[in-house]
Amino acid sequence: MTDHAISVSSHRGEPRVSPIYDPKVRSIFFQILTAVIVVLVTWSISHNVSVNLARANIASGYSFLAGRSGFDIGFAMISYSSDSTYGDALLVGLINTILIAITGIFTATIIGFLIGIGRLSRNWLIAKLCTVYVEVFRNIPPLLVIFFWYSGVLSSLPQVRDSLKLPFNMFLNNRGLAFPKPLWGDGAYLISVAVLVGVIATLAIAMWAKQRQMRTGKQFHTIWAGAGLIVGLPLLTFLALGAPLSFDYPIAGRFNLSGGSVIAPEFVALYLALSFYTAAFIAEIIRAGIRGVPKGQSEASFALGLQPSTTTRLVVIPQAMRIIIPPLTSQYLNLTKNSSLGVAIGFPELVSTGGTTMNQTGQAVEVISIWLVVYLTISIVTSLFMNWFNAKMALVER
Amino acid sequence: MADSNPSYVRHEMLPAQPAPIATGNIVGWIRVNLLATPKDIVLTILALAVLALAIPPALNWLFLQASWFGSDRSVCATVVQGGIQPDGWKGACWAFVKDRFVQFIFGRFPLDERWRPILVIVMLIALLVPMLVPKVPRKGLNALLLFIVFPIVAFFLLHGNVFGLERVETPLWGGLMVTLILSFIGIGVSFPLGILLALGRRSKMPVIKTLCVTFIEVIRGVPLITVLFMANVMLPLFLPVGWTIDNLLRALVAVALFTSAYMAEVIRGGLQAIPKGQSEGADSLGLGYWQKMRLIVLPQAIKLVIPGIVNTFIGLFKDTSLVSIIGMFDFLNIVRLNFTDTTWITPVTPITGLIFAGFIYWLFCFSMSRYSAFMERHLDTAHKR
Repeated sequence: MTDHAISVSSHRGEPRVSPIYDPKVRSIFFQILTAVIVVLVTWSISHNVSVNLARANIASGYSFLAGRSGFDIGFAMISYSSDSTYGDALLVGLINTILIAITGIFTATIIGFLIGIGRLSRNWLIAKLCTVYVEVFRNIPPLLVIFFWYSGVLSSLPQVRDSLKLPFNMFLNNRGLAFPKPLWGDGAYLISVAVLVGVIATLAIAMWAKQRQMRTGKQFHTIWAGAGLIVGLPLLTFLALGAPLSFDYPIAGRFNLSGGSVIAPEFVALYLALSFYTAAFIAEIIRAGIRGVPKGQSEASFALGLQPSTTTRLVVIPQAMRIIIPPLTSQYLNLTKNSSLGVAIGFPELVSTGGTTMNQTGQAVEVISIWLVVYLTISIVTSLFMNWFNAKMALVER
Repeated sequence: MADSNPSYVRHEMLPAQPAPIATGNIVGWIRVNLLATPKDIVLTILALAVLALAIPPALNWLFLQASWFGSDRSVCATVVQGGIQPDGWKGACWAFVKDRFVQFIFGRFPLDERWRPILVIVMLIALLVPMLVPKVPRKGLNALLLFIVFPIVAFFLLHGNVFGLERVETPLWGGLMVTLILSFIGIGVSFPLGILLALGRRSKMPVIKTLCVTFIEVIRGVPLITVLFMANVMLPLFLPVGWTIDNLLRALVAVALFTSAYMAEVIRGGLQAIPKGQSEGADSLGLGYWQKMRLIVLPQAIKLVIPGIVNTFIGLFKDTSLVSIIGMFDFLNIVRLNFTDTTWITPVTPITGLIFAGFIYWLFCFSMSRYSAFMERHLDTAHKR
């Protein structure tokens, strides 16, 4: 009996399996099959594209970027006219996209934070109001919010003739908000130098104050010193230079406003819509983050004798941030990507100027490839930055 | 029995204490929930002030001053604007919504053929409701009818050109109908495709893994508009000469591919949460890869991420509004198209239309999120505490 068992096991070794059922062989076979299919599809697509482009008489390549664009852009941060190139037009679009992303992210974070905290409030009325805000904005399309601000609110503003006069010579009408344009005199660059110096000095003081507190336990009011440096230093420079600032005031004409700077209603509509829309999502993230910190943490902090505000700042928020940052990153990216909706109301961001370029030149493949590269770069850079920030905030474990 | 009742044990019950202040009465509730601290008092007063300032004008605009009946712009315009309302009148123009309601739903679908989309909607409701109610039996047959048979029948019914039905080209389709078609097909395609992509991303085969990761990350890194533009402009270039591809189909391809990338990430989250022991257990039972996934891993993984899946569906439903940018007449675009119609052009028309459209979108999305919360509770088999 034992002999039989031993003889069986000595004969076994590796089980003999048909190659069809060998996982390794199958895996290699399926990968080769996939690769072949992908190559074939890619080849046939690129063949079709080249044939189709040749039939439409479109030369592929990026040389069209140097051509004269011939269209105007209403909202450009760099100098641009219809004589500029398509490349310039795309650059104007890119700058506008980044501008709307940064301003939108800033505002959306503030509103979202307030609403998120509000939903956790013990005050029933505040909590309910914030819930209503979140449930309303989460469940309607961002495009509709943009149209709501654009054709619902901003276009119901008065005509240029009946502009609303605001303090400081500002005018509000359906072509936007006109405000005095600051004209800086000689030596004004020293003021920005002073701001920079103030920021660096504040950072240095903060480091010193932290070290001292670690050593001696004495606290230092970094906030006040920093505020004094960052606001006071430029102010002193400004006065010392003899206030080199004048304003170009907008003047109300019969049909038009001349002078000053104008913020276009398209920008305002897109900015407000994206801020309000994204804030609803950020609020939910903040709420989930704060609720994710166990109650024992704040109880332990109170037991150590920390004040509620100190507890929030030093115990709850740092731990909540670990939960908040990853989803917050994706909301920031969503806002950036949603800025492409500006095309629907004619705000000249990247998709809008690119679309015009595409219509005029027919270079669809090239323009779309530029879009893809730009948006992917923005996504990757934001992700890298937020991953770095997340790693900095992450729990330091043994 | 006296010795079993020693002196240190209480002989009669204490009088009942009053109920805690919060549960006692309305005054107590207000004190605890609205006026607990001085800060709360200030916040409550501020909130009440905001509500007092906002709600009466809003109600006035939406209902009291609103114009409900009429067949052209005069009922919604002031005398100066060429209407019948007194100067300074401001209110919603519900007459506009009532007049154009049918168009909002069906777009420019020919009048005589309207029974076809209505029949499709009736079929959809008849199949969807039993699918969504957990108690109704025969889910397998129902799913087969809803996701395989129904789309085919609905396509032939809407498009026509068979069984003596008149042909209705897709550019004539529009309104809520197109929004629902895009969402339904988008959900139906992106869910299985998302599962495949998620499995591919977790696969041990480098070629398949790279392909899936590239697809998911590229699609998630760019806005839907660029994907729509790609489908609209580049898809025709990809096809051999002489082939054409329908506009609606282009939008469908874009929306479905876009959503499936997001769906894949949601489902991957669920897959990662399933302990390895489940998979090893399936292996030790001798199940093949697909059996293991279908019977053991996916049912648990998908149950875990139902909220995420429904959120993706809600995102898809909202995102269908973007097809207006490539020139299709979905619900939002049809509503906007009517703003410039001379019959109804007034200062209050756009905002009325947008509020109506917003309400309809909200209704769909909010019910989806409520249903997902219900489903989550229903399927919760004690994994959570």
